[in-house]
Amino acid sequence: MLSQLARLHTRRAWIYILSLTILAVLVIPVLNRAVPKDSVFYLPDYLISLCGKFLCYALVALAMDMIWGFSGILSLGQGVFFSLGGYAMGMHLMRVMAGEGVYRSQLPDFMVFLDWKELPWYWLGFNHFWFTVLIIILVPGLLALIIGFFAFRSRIKGVYFSIITQAMTFALMLFFFRNETGFGGNNGLTDFKRILGFSLQEPAVKVGLYIISALVLLISYLLCRYITMSKLGRVLAGIRDAESRIMFSGYNTLHYKLFVFTLAAVLSGVAGALYVPQVGIINPSEMQPANSIEMAIWVAVGGRGTLVGAVIGAGLVNAAKSWFTVAFPNLWLYFLGVMFIGTTLFLPRGVVGLAAILAKKKLTGRDSLQMIDSE
Amino acid sequence: MSSLSSPYPLVRLLAALFILAFAPPGYPDEGKLEESIGHLGSSSRQEIIASVEALRQLGDHRALPALEALLDRRLRVTKAGRILIKLKTGHGMIDAVTGVVIAQQLDGLDIPVINNQVRIVLSQTIANLRLASPDAEVRLAAAEELLLHPQEEATSALRAAIDREKTTKVRRALALALALTEVAGANKERRLAALDIIGQSDNPNFIVNLKPLLAKQASGEFQEPDEQVRQAARSALSAIERHMVVVGVMQNLFYGLSLGSVLLLVALGLAITFGLMEVINMAHGEMLMLGAYSTYIIQGIFKAHFPDQFAWYLVASIPTAFIVSGVVGMILERSIIRYLYGRPLETLLATWGISLLLIQTVRLIFGAQNVEVSNPPWLSGGWELMPGLMLTYNRIAIICFGLGVVLLVWLFLNRSPLGLQVRAVTQNRAMAAALGIYTSRVDTWTFGLGSGIAGLAGVALSQIGNVGPELGQSYIVDSFMVVVLGGVGKLAGTIWGATGLGVINKFLEPFTGAVLGKIMVLVFIILFIQKRPQGIFALKGRMAEG
Repeated sequence: MLSQLARLHTRRAWIYILSLTILAVLVIPVLNRAVPKDSVFYLPDYLISLCGKFLCYALVALAMDMIWGFSGILSLGQGVFFSLGGYAMGMHLMRVMAGEGVYRSQLPDFMVFLDWKELPWYWLGFNHFWFTVLIIILVPGLLALIIGFFAFRSRIKGVYFSIITQAMTFALMLFFFRNETGFGGNNGLTDFKRILGFSLQEPAVKVGLYIISALVLLISYLLCRYITMSKLGRVLAGIRDAESRIMFSGYNTLHYKLFVFTLAAVLSGVAGALYVPQVGIINPSEMQPANSIEMAIWVAVGGRGTLVGAVIGAGLVNAAKSWFTVAFPNLWLYFLGVMFIGTTLFLPRGVVGLAAILAKKKLTGRDSLQMIDSE
Repeated sequence: MSSLSSPYPLVRLLAALFILAFAPPGYPDEGKLEESIGHLGSSSRQEIIASVEALRQLGDHRALPALEALLDRRLRVTKAGRILIKLKTGHGMIDAVTGVVIAQQLDGLDIPVINNQVRIVLSQTIANLRLASPDAEVRLAAAEELLLHPQEEATSALRAAIDREKTTKVRRALALALALTEVAGANKERRLAALDIIGQSDNPNFIVNLKPLLAKQASGEFQEPDEQVRQAARSALSAIERHMVVVGVMQNLFYGLSLGSVLLLVALGLAITFGLMEVINMAHGEMLMLGAYSTYIIQGIFKAHFPDQFAWYLVASIPTAFIVSGVVGMILERSIIRYLYGRPLETLLATWGISLLLIQTVRLIFGAQNVEVSNPPWLSGGWELMPGLMLTYNRIAIICFGLGVVLLVWLFLNRSPLGLQVRAVTQNRAMAAALGIYTSRVDTWTFGLGSGIAGLAGVALSQIGNVGPELGQSYIVDSFMVVVLGGVGKLAGTIWGATGLGVINKFLEPFTGAVLGKIMVLVFIILFIQKRPQGIFALKGRMAEG
């Protein structure tokens, strides 16, 4: 098992991964918790939350890279799976604080506000953490399985699949915006108090959530890496590059596509579930079609089909967003738009590809673009 | 003859001439009319009521202005007891009896005071006199007024009016008004006849009048004891309700068709470019928005420079929107999209980026709020096809506009040299190129055409919806669905897909709400694709794999 794991990367890559993990899981929390507040090395609490958020985005980007970068299926519905996981977690957090809301009712505040007398059936069971975890995995997974089954079965692919998933995103967003649906309407779920008995206001709990997100990201990364290195991963890449050839070779591509679509949905759902307690709110605007498309650009900026690139891209784009929306709020959309156009036109391999080109150039001094292309 | 005792000799003379000249021989009670009008200015309410009653007995419509003025507190009395009417507009006055306009300012005028009792008598009298008016419009208005507020006292006047009436439309309205007053009466024959007339009226407003006839008392007894009357009321009610269903269906059909025409205009350009280049243009919705904003700018130019021709700004904005959106589309194709040829998913993302740029630019120039684009006067109002069914002109115009554009596009594709090339490249790009067609040039022109059509859709949308920076976003998902449903490269598929989606949307809305309707449409499309993956009108044979 361990030797199998070790084979996923070269020794050098493992060192990088290990040091990055130590940085994320040990150094950053220590800089926040143990360093005095007036020190230059002190990391303020808001940065911890921000990093936690980025880690969740990176997890979604990882999922996006699996489905788009490796399998060539541009799903524009990852935001929905992300939000579904987030809603499941939000419902759990609402249930465990029953009786502590503004109205001191056993029901969530928005239900009291809507004059509902009873908990709807689909809210039952969310007071148990294990049940919530099950739902976080099952609901996005099943939705992806059903949609994917119908879509892939009738050979919907390419842009057709993209716009079908976008329409699904749009419809579900409208669905969650309604008060009657029972998920808090356009205000969504918010004002959470605690998770598993720990207060969400505590800085230590935030650091804990951040560490958990980092570990989940690490495990997911290794899982994805394992899949892409396996024969399954080769078939997926084959589907991306020449689906009909793979079919003629005797593979039923439906199963492979379904697997990767469902896996991506589950990973996105988990990311959403980790995201909600750290951000403190989940509402239907997370499901906007624009958000799902933005997830694609994280992967594109980092570099498709590299996994590492997805993580880097999510970090870069979201860091840029955090900075731009504060410094030049009017220019952010320009920047984002230019990024969409620029990466597709000039950086088809993203930052990782760029780094690889530069590295090769240093080594050989030759035009290495072709070398990378022929890899 | 109180009015003729006024201190103005000239007015007296004119008044006498007026009466001589205009009084038809059929009014022998000339003196009585004047006398009664004169008494309207009395300080005693009893006297006012008496004179109003007298005017009703006379039945002379010429007393109407004075009576209406009395009701509206526009009646003035001079010290000498002369009755004047203050005009509704301006400061002028006319003499109630003679109709002469009085230019000079008069001081010390009294306003006759009326109470509710007077008001009741007054409004009944006015209704009666209006029924006797020689002007058909006035009679119709009076009948419609009686439909809204039935008066039992007007029954005899109504009957007389129906006997006199020659215009069918007015006659029908009068009969209905009479029926409405008689339903509550005592005569059974008349009640049954009245219910029959009400049932034929198809007017849903009368359900209120019919419902009490079928209501039960607390004891379980019917409020209406007569079985026959109940039966008639029931059939009248069901006739009206049947009509309402018909109207509802027609209404939904009409709204669905107009929505479908907009979708058609949006999807047409999308389908052409998608069919030609296999490119999904996410910025297509923004071409729509540019078209709508061009309309807004043209409207502003007309308002500022040609206010006399303002009604025609919409006509001027049609070519403008087409050119603006078309040129922007061609620039995009030349500068960005052509470099992504063969990479449809990347094109999707790049065009999404373009749409972000366009939205933000428009937002910075025009602000994030919606701008106002008004309907020109000739598109306001509507055409009442049947009671309760109003077809607004702007939606009719959009349906016609959509059909016209489709016709032009069809002619372009099938009857023009460039259209021939477009079809050739759509079918087989490599072969077309080998035969000497400049495929990249065809791409540019076609992209411009598709974007221009989206601009036209923007003009149409500006007439029925809000114009804001995010206008395109709300239509783009639906128009993608049209393309998916209709299939690619077939005009007929787009037409059926668009109108079908529009109509289905509007029919589902009342039952399920807009949101569930959208979800159901999506589910329907996904299931539909299971059966026909290539859309309604699939290309067959060798072309299908192209």
